[in-house]
Amino acid sequence: MQLPPALHARLAGAPGAAEPLPVERNPKAGAAPFRFMARLVRFPREHEFFEEGDVQRHLYLQDVLTQVAGEPEKPRVPEFTCQVAGCCQVFDALEDYEHHYHTLHRNVCSFCKRAFPSGHLLDVHILEWHDSLFQILSERQDMYQCLVEGCTEKFKTSKDRKDHLVNRHLYPADFRFDKPKKTRSLATPQVTVQVSAEALGADWEQSEGDAMEGCSEPASERRTCGHRIPPTICFGQGVSRGFKSTKKRNKHQ
Amino acid sequence: MWSGRRGSLRPAGCGLEELRRRRREREAVLRKARREQQLISKRLLRDDAPGEAEEGCVAMILREAEIQQFLRLAQRGTEEKERERALVSLRRGLQHPETQQTFIWLEGSMRTLVGLLTSNQALLQLEAARCLHELSHSEQSAVAEACLPATSYLLTYLSGHSSDFIELCLYTLGNLIVESEAVRRQLLPQGIVPALAACIQSPHLTVLEALGYALSQLLQAKEAPEKIIPSVLASTLPQHMLRLLQPGPKLNLGVAMEFAWCLHYITCSQVNNDLLITHGALSTLGLLLLDLAGAVQRTEDAGLELLACPVLRCLSNLLTEAAVEAVGGQMQLRDERVVAALFILLEFFLWKQPSLLPEGLWLLNNLTANSPSFCTSLLSLDLIQPLLQLLPVSNVVSLLAAQAFLQQSGLQALERHEETQLQDRVHALQQIALHG
Repeated sequence: MQLPPALHARLAGAPGAAEPLPVERNPKAGAAPFRFMARLVRFPREHEFFEEGDVQRHLYLQDVLTQVAGEPEKPRVPEFTCQVAGCCQVFDALEDYEHHYHTLHRNVCSFCKRAFPSGHLLDVHILEWHDSLFQILSERQDMYQCLVEGCTEKFKTSKDRKDHLVNRHLYPADFRFDKPKKTRSLATPQVTVQVSAEALGADWEQSEGDAMEGCSEPASERRTCGHRIPPTICFGQGVSRGFKSTKKRNKHQ
Repeated sequence: MWSGRRGSLRPAGCGLEELRRRRREREAVLRKARREQQLISKRLLRDDAPGEAEEGCVAMILREAEIQQFLRLAQRGTEEKERERALVSLRRGLQHPETQQTFIWLEGSMRTLVGLLTSNQALLQLEAARCLHELSHSEQSAVAEACLPATSYLLTYLSGHSSDFIELCLYTLGNLIVESEAVRRQLLPQGIVPALAACIQSPHLTVLEALGYALSQLLQAKEAPEKIIPSVLASTLPQHMLRLLQPGPKLNLGVAMEFAWCLHYITCSQVNNDLLITHGALSTLGLLLLDLAGAVQRTEDAGLELLACPVLRCLSNLLTEAAVEAVGGQMQLRDERVVAALFILLEFFLWKQPSLLPEGLWLLNNLTANSPSFCTSLLSLDLIQPLLQLLPVSNVVSLLAAQAFLQQSGLQALERHEETQLQDRVHALQQIALHG
């Protein structure tokens, strides 16, 4: 196929539309033997016309078409420590650090040090757990907002909200980012206890756990403590949750 | 502009002939699936880090006891590295279909995995997500559907900030979406459309490409025209998609490709194309077409035809909408450079992927059908000859070329300007088309 050389220049040129040539029918031409109308053609979804392109698309998805290039290995850097106060986690790759930071330090509640997966959930948490005005208002009107982005429903109680999440949005009944607020003394911060899993007979199949707890103890201990120790009991004074003294623990999650 | 493809699917010692043979086989399978309207494909992200290569690339079949052991270690190990390694071993085992089966039938296994996915241990979370990703890639419905308990969390994490993690969640969701209507029936009420609409504002190209993939899978679903596309159109997704298709220094080929295919699935479903036209789809796609024509001249870039194809389709289908005339949509696409671009792309297809020629001719038909201006451009840019050269290429092409030009708009255009100097050409044209 030979394209006229001026074509590429036209592409690079200025935008513009051609002035339609005037209609002039040659008197010698007689009646047109063809009966055709200009017709726009439309193809619906499943039309076989799309078969070729669809096949090429799927070949691409299956990675057959493109250059198969091995993933370069994660660039390693000299070991460094997370700079957030109280966190001693060590890294030798930036991607690992990025994920660690976003998971544990990015959306952290400044009151109770719980970490959340997103700013939205953090905001909801602060409002519902740490805002006394919220408590007052919620007695008069529906204040518990649905957690699903885009849903504007609000509810009287957190239980009603949970029912809505389960029934309307098909969320699991034990959705980890919708824990009911624990009753606790407001005076002293809570510290979860270091108790060995064996002593409390933890069953490995139970994967409960307060996902919102800040980093510190191994997950199993935290889980069992969450269930077995009444929340009103407090060990130690003035120790902020999630941050351990270095002499007890060198590694953090 | 291509982001590096992940995962090496080329087995060691594979010759070129062998590769071609496999590709032909795959094509045949896909063609058959397309005819039966069962065309689904999944994307697998796999990091084959060198460290793992020592233990062999072959996925291991894990027995029930071993799976339990790894899960127990991951959950309750005292050393963090040990817990991570346990999950890595599990993940490698899960590359094998048999391990996947054993895993999903093991009581409590998914529950534990979801627990690890939502734990506060960042690297365990990542490994757990990779395990889920392996499962999502399975061709067995039961395995993919076993991942359903995790979906609310995958969606929640889309509004996080860790780009690698979000990318993984998106590819996993994309794989699950395409698996069965049961999965989609859960994901839609769980808010997948608003979650994607929020996530598409991410600046990370890898996240955007993954999102485009997941969305394209959603839009390809059989029930999409009734159940999915309306809510997608009602969201901010269309504006963002068009933004990501605008040519310019920020245009990324991998990202643009995914969203071009998304747009195609929307337009060919004919739910509300007028809305897209109002958002400027015609002018954006037209400009993109010009950009593509420029790109094919400049580079040997692999895969430009994969972007060109959906762009051509969208333009062709959008041009059939009444809104084009009424809303002044035609104003968006009057530039005759589009015709020049189209022919440059046709030449490119002829060389690279002849099977896509009909799609280009389809656009030519729709451009010229109601537009004396475009017909005139065809003549004044001297494009009749190249068009005729396409006739011998294939049956479909000659049918369309003749149909598009001579039998429909072309003839009308010819009749409109039967000036004497063109007469000879016109006559030759008609002869060739009718008898050639």
